Amino acid sequence: MKDMSEGYVTADGRQIGGVLMEMKNITLRFGGVVAIKDISFDIRDGEIRAIIGPNGAGKSSMLNVISGFYVPTEGEVWFKGVRRGPMKPYQVARLGVARTFQNIALFDGMTVLDNIMTGRLTRMKAGLLSQALWYGAAEREEIAHREKVERIIDFLEIQNIRKTPVGRLPYGLKKRVELARALAAEPKLLLLDEPMAGMNVEEKEDMSRFILDLNDEFGTTIVLIEHDMGVVMDLSDRVVVMDYGRKIGDGPPEEVRNNQDVIDAYLGVAHD
Amino acid sequence: MLYREAGDFKTTYREDNQTFPIRFDRIAYYTTVAAAFAVVPFFINDYWANAVFVPFLIYAIAALGLNILTGYAGQVSLGTGGFMAVGAYACYKLMTAFPEMSMVLNVLLAGLVTAGVGVLFGLPSLRIKGFYLAVATLAAQFFLVWLFNKVPWFYNNSASGQITAPERTFLGQFVTGAQTSASAKYLFCLAFVFVLALVARNLTRGTTGRKWMAIRDMDIAAEIIGVNPLTTKLSAFAVSSFYIGVAGALFFSVYLGAAEVGESFGIQKSFLILFMVIIGGLGSIFGSFAGAAFLVLLPVLLKNVLVGTLGWPTDLAAHIELMIVGALIIIFLIVEPHGLAQLWRLTKEKLRLWPFPH
Amino acid sequence: MPDQLVYAMEVTLNGLMAGVMYSLVALGFVLIFKASGIFNYAQGVLALFAALTLVGLQQGQVPFAHLINAVFGTDLHHFGWHLPAVVAIALTAGVMVLMAIAVEKLVLKHLVNQAPIILFMATIGLAYFLEGFGDVMWGADIKKLDVGLPQGISETIESVTADWFGYGFFIDNLDIVATVVAVALVTALTVFSQYSKQGRALRAVADDHQAALSVGISLRFIWVLVWSIAGFVALVAGIMWGTKSGVQFSLSLIALKALPVLMLGGFTSIPGAIVGGLIIGVGEKLFEFSIGPMIGGATENWFAYMLALLFLVFRPQGLFGERIIERV
Repeated sequence: MKDMSEGYVTADGRQIGGVLMEMKNITLRFGGVVAIKDISFDIRDGEIRAIIGPNGAGKSSMLNVISGFYVPTEGEVWFKGVRRGPMKPYQVARLGVARTFQNIALFDGMTVLDNIMTGRLTRMKAGLLSQALWYGAAEREEIAHREKVERIIDFLEIQNIRKTPVGRLPYGLKKRVELARALAAEPKLLLLDEPMAGMNVEEKEDMSRFILDLNDEFGTTIVLIEHDMGVVMDLSDRVVVMDYGRKIGDGPPEEVRNNQDVIDAYLGVAHD
Repeated sequence: MLYREAGDFKTTYREDNQTFPIRFDRIAYYTTVAAAFAVVPFFINDYWANAVFVPFLIYAIAALGLNILTGYAGQVSLGTGGFMAVGAYACYKLMTAFPEMSMVLNVLLAGLVTAGVGVLFGLPSLRIKGFYLAVATLAAQFFLVWLFNKVPWFYNNSASGQITAPERTFLGQFVTGAQTSASAKYLFCLAFVFVLALVARNLTRGTTGRKWMAIRDMDIAAEIIGVNPLTTKLSAFAVSSFYIGVAGALFFSVYLGAAEVGESFGIQKSFLILFMVIIGGLGSIFGSFAGAAFLVLLPVLLKNVLVGTLGWPTDLAAHIELMIVGALIIIFLIVEPHGLAQLWRLTKEKLRLWPFPH
Repeated sequence: MPDQLVYAMEVTLNGLMAGVMYSLVALGFVLIFKASGIFNYAQGVLALFAALTLVGLQQGQVPFAHLINAVFGTDLHHFGWHLPAVVAIALTAGVMVLMAIAVEKLVLKHLVNQAPIILFMATIGLAYFLEGFGDVMWGADIKKLDVGLPQGISETIESVTADWFGYGFFIDNLDIVATVVAVALVTALTVFSQYSKQGRALRAVADDHQAALSVGISLRFIWVLVWSIAGFVALVAGIMWGTKSGVQFSLSLIALKALPVLMLGGFTSIPGAIVGGLIIGVGEKLFEFSIGPMIGGATENWFAYMLALLFLVFRPQGLFGERIIERV
């Protein structure tokens, strides 16, 4: 295998940087159940990294480890060259990791705008007193962040539903709002858990375009879990394949596609 | 036709952020505030002050407080009565220990003391949720009432076990004690309500409010996007308890004048405030006022009709009031879980399009 | 044997008896919670209402006499008959079933799929309504309830313990009856929920409403059934508490103690309700006995809640609840 410590150039000519996050020998157990078994891989600056695998392979658990929701039983997580100690999820978020959820996790009682504004919470610093009086720092900050959020609203083409309570939106739009909330955090690393699940072809195309655009425009590193193989193969630069909590493949899409273990895992093995 | 937003364009985010984006609403709001400060004080008499206005204002503060905790931050509390008692007793101790201190300061400090106690009882909210927490707050309710009943230091060893508010003035006017005029009571409370409502509005529309609502709507997701549940929940408990403490201090010193803890701040009080919040509208500033007004006016109205007009016995009227309040709670939860505030919002939405709904 | 220890033993025994009473009310909560996920705050008022109705029927009171008198200027009080206790109990049980049907039709049906906390608040509303309704129907005066249960100090126990320890324990006969009844009730309910067809349906509903519906279980029937049983348990609790301290509003507050019992025992566990009730009964009596005098007494008002609160902070799922793994 060639040395990639200085990054590599993708098939479509994008320069990928050095290692942003590295998972070293991650194992995750719940009681006696092993969800992830000794997995290592890295995520490079600026790349789109997919995690695929059959249902129950441990993909979402892996995403939860990356986002700090689960603390791995064994193994190390390195982020930006520093080993990440045991952290609360909100501390991980403050390091610049944002995510969307498999089952949409929006704040239903709030408007689209407020939901997206929550993405910027970690960056808002005005004190309680200033907020209470809505004067000075609090108001300036609110307006400055609103401008940033409006840019994301434009980017994702959801201007017309700005003030709509999220609970009233259809599924596809909710997914988009959730992405907007994650983007509002201007994350270094964006985790997408099945961003296209339950969408029709048109919505999938829209979502794919957004993902490519934001990787291109903002240089955001993206880790995504997805079942639609067509989407995965088109979007991602490198793919991790998981099965029963183990890693069975890792590499560029075309390489993974021809990997015998991966084919077995997806199609079943003929025992003859 | 007057009530519309067409042609009322916002060109800055600042304008878009204002509390009343529709011009008609703004005018109505300023008129109400002006009337409350400049007109009502000249017409108010003792009956109206004691039966309607003063309790309404004080309960509105308490309802705002509970709404911040329950409606915005999603933490149900049944300890409101106990926290009001903390405010009342803190105010009493401050009034008697520092006779020279300004009454405004007394009330605010009582609020701060309550905020501290609230944070203490809010700590379990980090581990327990939903109605487990609701029941846990009953611990605060019963323990605090017991404490103020059993420890003589809190009521300065008075023989009756009651606390009685000494006379205090503000700006040369009596605001506590027997000589207080109706308009002084009213204005003193109104000033607190006005400022606290503004603060509540500002807190809930900004960063803090979004954190509270994020925790309320989905606590796990909130934590993952960077909300610290510890500080967020405790800030909700602190702010909420501050409001409730101020309400308790005013309830005792300005409204009642003398109080006995079990009677004035028992569990029934907790439920009363909770009902105000539910009927008014969870997560709505306007709802806190609407709910307080509704539950202050309802008994007055029922009493006037059933006892005054029909001549029924008082206890029967009281029982029927219980039935009506209980039934209303259920009806609101079924028909309109967002309370009077939502009804008001829907009416406004209809008005906006009237008379051409399509 | 030192006197203090003997006293402590007596206090413990009394605590156990009180605990059985708490468990009785807690049982009603657990049943409804298991079948519908509803935390029924009104359970205590249900017990009060059952006791009021029982006394009213037994004494031949005219229902709504106050209201009728107030509206029509009449002067009704009693029909002038006295029903035998057994008949009155049977009739009251019937009323509780009617109530279960009414609750299902008027309240629960309209609140399907609402958040648990909304349902909880609805039951607080129900508690208020029922309290007012019971008072309007039967009057708010304190009533004596007597269905022929033995009362007073058990002389047998007093003489036996006097022989053993040189000090006769004071145990109320009624508490002994309550213990027997509670044990019988728990056994019956456990058998019912484990072995009968309805019991299995009930557990299915508790697990997942939608899934239960899809296999053809009638949710509405189950709810009526469960609320009827809860009403029946409330009746039993009402009889015991009512006989002990009279039928009055405070009965519904005593029932509030079932809440910390449940927090301790876990909301879904029948054995949890029993054990939790006993721990709280004994705990509060012993605390009042040992620490109470030093800090002014009447600690029973809050001890149960504080104990539950502290306990929950360290073990949020209760004694018998299962640990929940959070997922996203």
